[in-house]
Amino acid sequence: MSNTKIYFQDRSIVTPGDLIAEGDFQVPWSPYFYRIENKYYASVTGLFTIKEGNIFEVIPLEGPHYYPRVGDTVIGLIEDVEIYGWVVDIKSFYSAYLPALSLLGRPVTPGEDLRRYLTIGDYVLAKVETFDRTINPILTVKGKGLGRIASGTVIDISPVKVPRVIGKNKSMLEVLTSETGCEVIVGQNGRILIRCASSAQEDALTEAINVIQAESHTKGLTERIRKLLREKLGGSKNDASAETKANT
Amino acid sequence: MMQVQKPRLILENGLRVDGRKPDELRPIRIELGVLKNADGSAIFEMGNTKVIAAVYGPKEMHPRHLALPDKASLRVRYHMAPFSTDERKNPAPSRREIELSKVIREALEATVLVDLFPRTVIDVFMEVLQADAGTRLVSLMAASMALADAGIPMKDLIAGVAVGKADGVLVLDINEPEDMWGEADMPVAMLPSLGQVVLLQLNGNMTPQEFRQALDLVQKGISIIYNIEKEALRNRYAEYKEE
Amino acid sequence: MSVTPPNENIVPLIKKDSILASLERGVRIDGRKLGEYRPISITLGYIKKAEGSALVKIGDTMVLAGVKLEEGEPFEDMPNQGNLIVNVELLPLAYETFEPGPPDENAIEIARVVDRSLRDSKAVDLSRLVIIPGKKVWNVWVDVYVFDYGGNVLDVCTLASVAALYNTRLPKVEVEGENVKIIKEEKTDITPIVQPVVTVTVGKIGKYLIVDPNITEESILDAKVSFSYTREGRIVGMQKGVNGSLTLQEIDAMENLARTASQILFDELKKYINL
Repeated sequence: MSNTKIYFQDRSIVTPGDLIAEGDFQVPWSPYFYRIENKYYASVTGLFTIKEGNIFEVIPLEGPHYYPRVGDTVIGLIEDVEIYGWVVDIKSFYSAYLPALSLLGRPVTPGEDLRRYLTIGDYVLAKVETFDRTINPILTVKGKGLGRIASGTVIDISPVKVPRVIGKNKSMLEVLTSETGCEVIVGQNGRILIRCASSAQEDALTEAINVIQAESHTKGLTERIRKLLREKLGGSKNDASAETKANT
Repeated sequence: MMQVQKPRLILENGLRVDGRKPDELRPIRIELGVLKNADGSAIFEMGNTKVIAAVYGPKEMHPRHLALPDKASLRVRYHMAPFSTDERKNPAPSRREIELSKVIREALEATVLVDLFPRTVIDVFMEVLQADAGTRLVSLMAASMALADAGIPMKDLIAGVAVGKADGVLVLDINEPEDMWGEADMPVAMLPSLGQVVLLQLNGNMTPQEFRQALDLVQKGISIIYNIEKEALRNRYAEYKEE
Repeated sequence: MSVTPPNENIVPLIKKDSILASLERGVRIDGRKLGEYRPISITLGYIKKAEGSALVKIGDTMVLAGVKLEEGEPFEDMPNQGNLIVNVELLPLAYETFEPGPPDENAIEIARVVDRSLRDSKAVDLSRLVIIPGKKVWNVWVDVYVFDYGGNVLDVCTLASVAALYNTRLPKVEVEGENVKIIKEEKTDITPIVQPVVTVTVGKIGKYLIVDPNITEESILDAKVSFSYTREGRIVGMQKGVNGSLTLQEIDAMENLARTASQILFDELKKYINL
C-alpha cells in the first residue's frame, strides 16, 4: 500500500497549479486536474471534494463552455441549415450537427427545404448521440419530448453550474418546480427551458437560478432557495397540472 | 525627446527613485471578470502599469485547414493603447508589439492544456492601458488570470517579474527610469508550482554571477506575486465562505 | 468596398417573440420604458498617462476614451486652428467575432460621426488650440477604445469623448517670439471643449421606437437613426443606420423621442462636470 497524501480539505477552493494529492490513486480522468508522475495538480479554479475510498474530484467553478458527453440532453440553437441537416450551437467548443434523418424519420427528399422544420434561431431539445476527439458532436431528436421548442423562455447559465441546479437526487430541481409551479427542463449544456403561468413566477425562478450560480459552492443552498422563492411568491405552489420534467 | 543627463537611480540612502528598496515590488492589484462578453477577463496592475486581458474560447477554428488536429491553437495579441504612454503611440502594430505577442504566446502555450481541445482556437487579447515598465510581464499575468477566469485548464498560473541593474545594483520590478537608464533589464516568468521558466529575455548586459543573483531575486518576487494571484482567485468565493 | 456582414448574433426566435410581446405592453425585456437609457456610469481620469480620459459604461457596453496632446502644425488654409482627430477602435476584446486589425467600416463610421458632432456643434473650440498662429498648434487626439460591445456603441463613444475632453487641461505654454516652451507638468484651466454634445440613438422594431438598443434589440432592428444635440436642443448631427427604411412620420417621432432622451445624458454629464 503506497503512501497517499491529500493536501486539501474536503470542500476547499483550489486554483490552477495547486498540488492537491500525491501517491497512487485510482481516480477517473478529469480535465480539471492533471498528473505528473505521482503528483496531482489542479488545472482550474474549483471545489475540491473527497469521496469514500480516497476518490477526489475537482468541480470547476468557472466555465462558459460545455464538454459534450454522449447521452446528455441539451438545448441547442440552430445556427445554419444545410442540405442534410442542421448546424447547432450547443455552447460547446464545437458546433453540433443534427442530421435531418433524425427529425424526419426518413432520408431527405432532394430539393427539400429543411427550414420548414427547423430554421435559424429555433431552439431544439436533443440528445448527444456521438462525440469523440476527431468529429464534432452529432445530435438526435429521436425520443420522447425531443424536437423543436415552440414556446417558453430559455435561460443561459454556465454549464458547470448545471449539477447544482439539479441537485443531489434532483432535490434542487424539486424545490424550483414545486415552489414556482413552473415547468423546468434543464439542458446539460447550460440552457434551461422554463414555462410559467405568470411573469411573477418566471421572474422569481430566474432570480433563484442566478443565486444558485453565484453561490453554487456553498452549503445549505437548497433551503435558502426554497426560502427565497417562498418570500417572492408567498407559499408552496403545488400546481397539479404543472409537470416536472427533469433530464439527467 | 529631450536630451537629459542620466539621473541617479539609486539614491544616497540606498533607496530607488520611487522610494523602494532594491528587492521591493510595486503594489499589485488584480480584478477578475471585468468584461461581459469575453469568456474570461482580468485587469492586472503593478505600480502604474495597467493591462486588461480578454480570452475567447476554446472555439472551433476557422478556416478549418489552419486548425491543429490534435490540440488547440492560440491567437495572442499584445497591444498598447495610444494613450498608454507619455507620447501618443500610433495604434498600428509596432515591431516590438509583434515580438512580444510571440513571446507571450509561447509562454501561454507552455501552461494551457491545449491537448484537451483539438481543432479549436483560444484567443487572448491584451491591451496595455498604462505603460510604466514591465508591460510584457503584466500583460502575460493578466492573460493568465483571464484564462483562469474563463475556466480553461492550465498547468499553473504564470507569475513574472523583471530584474534590472541600476547604478550597478540589482533591482527587482524595474520602474520606467530604471528601464530607460539602467544597465540591464531581465524579464522572467515562471510556473511557480512546477518551477518551470516560461519567459526569459535580457536587454542589456550582466556577468554570469549577476545572472544567478538576479534569478534568486526573481524567484523571491515571483513567489510573492503568485500568492497574490491565488488569493485573487480564491477571494471570489470568500464572501460565501461556509461555516 | 463595403460587404453585407454575416449574421454574427443569432437572436432565438422565441426571444424575438418575447421582445415584441413586451413592446406591445410598452416595456422592454430588461424592464426599461421605450425612451429609457440603461444604467450609465462615468469615471473621469481613469488613465494616468493620458492628458484626459473617461471610462464610460452604458449597460453592458464599456468604452474608454483617452486624450493625448501633441505639438503640431496648423493646416495652411486654417492658421488659427488646432487639430482634432478622433479614432475609434472596436477591440477584439469587445466581442467574440471582432478580429484584430485596423479600424473596419463600423469603427470608422463611428469615429467620423463622433468627430462631426464635436466639430459641427463647435463644441471643440479649435481656436483655443493655437500656440503660435500659423506655426504651432495643439493636435488633440481622441482615441476611443471599445472594450465590451453591449449594443449602441455610438452613444457611448460620444459620451466618453466629451467626458474625456472635459477632463483634459492644456499645459502651460511660455512663448517668447519664435520660441515656445511647453511645461507639461503645469496645467492651465483651459479645456479643448466648451460645450457638451450628446448622441442619442433611436431604433425601430416593427412599429415601436426604442432609445438605446441593447445588443439583442440591436440585432433585430429594422432601422435606426442617431441624433446629436447640444444642451439647447439644437441638432448637430444625424446618421441613419441599418439597412431598413423609415417614413417621414417615423423620423419625426424619432427626433422627438431622441431630444427628450438627450436630457438623460446631459444630466449624467452634469454629475461629473461643471457645465
